[in-house]
Amino acid sequence: MSFDINKIREDFPILKKEIYGKPLVYLDNAATTQKPLCVVEKISENYLNNNANIHRGVHFLSQVATEAHEAARETVRKFINAKHSREIVFTRGTTEAINLVASSFGRSQCKAGDEIIVSHMEHHSNIVPWQLLQEEKGIVLKVIPFDENGVLQLDKLDELITEKTKLISIAHVSNTLGTVNPVAEIITKAHSHNIPVLVDGAQSVPHMPVDVQALDADFYVFSGHKIYGPTGIGVLYGKEEWLERIPPYQGGGEMIQKVTFEKTTFNELPFKFEAGTPDYIGSTALAEALNYVSAIGMEEIAAHEQELVRYTLERLGEVEDIRFIGNAPKRSGLVSFLVGNIHPYDLGSIIDKLGIAVRTGHHCAEPVMAAFGIEGTVRASFGIYNTKEEIDILVAGVQRAAKMFRRK
Amino acid sequence: MTIAEKQDEIIAEFEFLDDWLDKYQQIIDKGMSNPGVDEEYKIDKYLIEGCQSKVWVHAEFKDGLVFFQGESNTDISGGIVSMLVEVLSGHTPDEILETDLYFIDQIGLKEHLSPTRSNGMLAMVNQMKMYALAFKSQQA
Repeated sequence: MSFDINKIREDFPILKKEIYGKPLVYLDNAATTQKPLCVVEKISENYLNNNANIHRGVHFLSQVATEAHEAARETVRKFINAKHSREIVFTRGTTEAINLVASSFGRSQCKAGDEIIVSHMEHHSNIVPWQLLQEEKGIVLKVIPFDENGVLQLDKLDELITEKTKLISIAHVSNTLGTVNPVAEIITKAHSHNIPVLVDGAQSVPHMPVDVQALDADFYVFSGHKIYGPTGIGVLYGKEEWLERIPPYQGGGEMIQKVTFEKTTFNELPFKFEAGTPDYIGSTALAEALNYVSAIGMEEIAAHEQELVRYTLERLGEVEDIRFIGNAPKRSGLVSFLVGNIHPYDLGSIIDKLGIAVRTGHHCAEPVMAAFGIEGTVRASFGIYNTKEEIDILVAGVQRAAKMFRRK
Repeated sequence: MTIAEKQDEIIAEFEFLDDWLDKYQQIIDKGMSNPGVDEEYKIDKYLIEGCQSKVWVHAEFKDGLVFFQGESNTDISGGIVSMLVEVLSGHTPDEILETDLYFIDQIGLKEHLSPTRSNGMLAMVNQMKMYALAFKSQQA
């Protein structure tokens, strides 16, 4: 399939919706993406035809469902080029995947005084799990700063790394600034000190090709719903050696090999980390979404969205008193901005009435807001189905709203 | 003017505005011409925290009447609080407590506000009535 925007838009029924009598312009893709019909149909098809609890079932339907779930795991493996499908753990999303590592890695590898490094531009989901560990085990959380353009100050990383550093956990792409971080470089540096790296791929996997082996990431996590899949399913990739070394996250069914009251032994990878009935409906629908974007091509999607970002910066640049938050040379997927002293909530409320869906606020990254001395931004974030015409509507909407708030 | 008369006046101002954008403009303009809250009262004690906006409401009791000041860090919430101040300020605690704020529905405010703003408005009204109640019990 080539990149045919009209065909792609046809695949997403919700895009035909009108909001307050205006065509929907959906620019909140960093929060969640819309779903193509094939994903929605996959969910209902599973429930209608292939539903049975997976693994250990001897009956026909259970085997069909098990095969579909494991085939989905293989689809994910291929999509991010992991070495083995046993390195793919299904989670509820990025947040749960980070919590899993923080808990399992933290409990087994960290003691009081050990250090974890994150960056100043992390989503709360890559801050709070480490703070919980801080409270529990007395680890120290260190932070890589960024400059006024929203670019990480990597020279500071050398000072932050010590003999006590146990892990670096960092976003591939900032959900607020759009900055693409040089994770390959960070991983190389970390590995030269024998420090593993977790990459938060929530905002990268939907927008660019990702190869976990090429990056040499130790852990890489992302969410299904941000890449046109269903909510409630996500992925933790972990190198086999790490997943073997760290203990289970939750206990229950599926993750055990043998249970007695004296001692329980755990199942092999990846099942050791999948306690309880896995979301086999979600996993197969996620695989459907990954197949959908793969057919279009991640390179093509990246090029399309890069052009949308470029065009947005150019067109919004025409707005009087516009201020872009985040001006990194390498960026992806989204544009954060403010207009004069208009509160982002006010601006978002007005353009909502014009059918334009953007997000306003701190985007779950309050430290980023604090660094810029602002309360929030307006964020337009893109997906495969967005067009330049929609950006023109956004710009016209912002112009109109701005006029309403200008002091007379 | 009674509270009802003030409400009717606001309803009349909005009556000929069909387009919701014009209604919003009217709300924003009201906020902009509102004198706001004295700096000394723009502190957490007088803050009604909403989801994304902050509103400060302060009240004084003089000669049996309640006088409100209100301000927000966002212009739309600022307009809403200034209308509430306009309507409720300068009345007795009993008048404030007994009043039905029908102008909110009649100018179409509720249907056009996001649920978070709508909840914020409710919180403002509640806070203002709480002030009235406190002054009333002080009086007794």
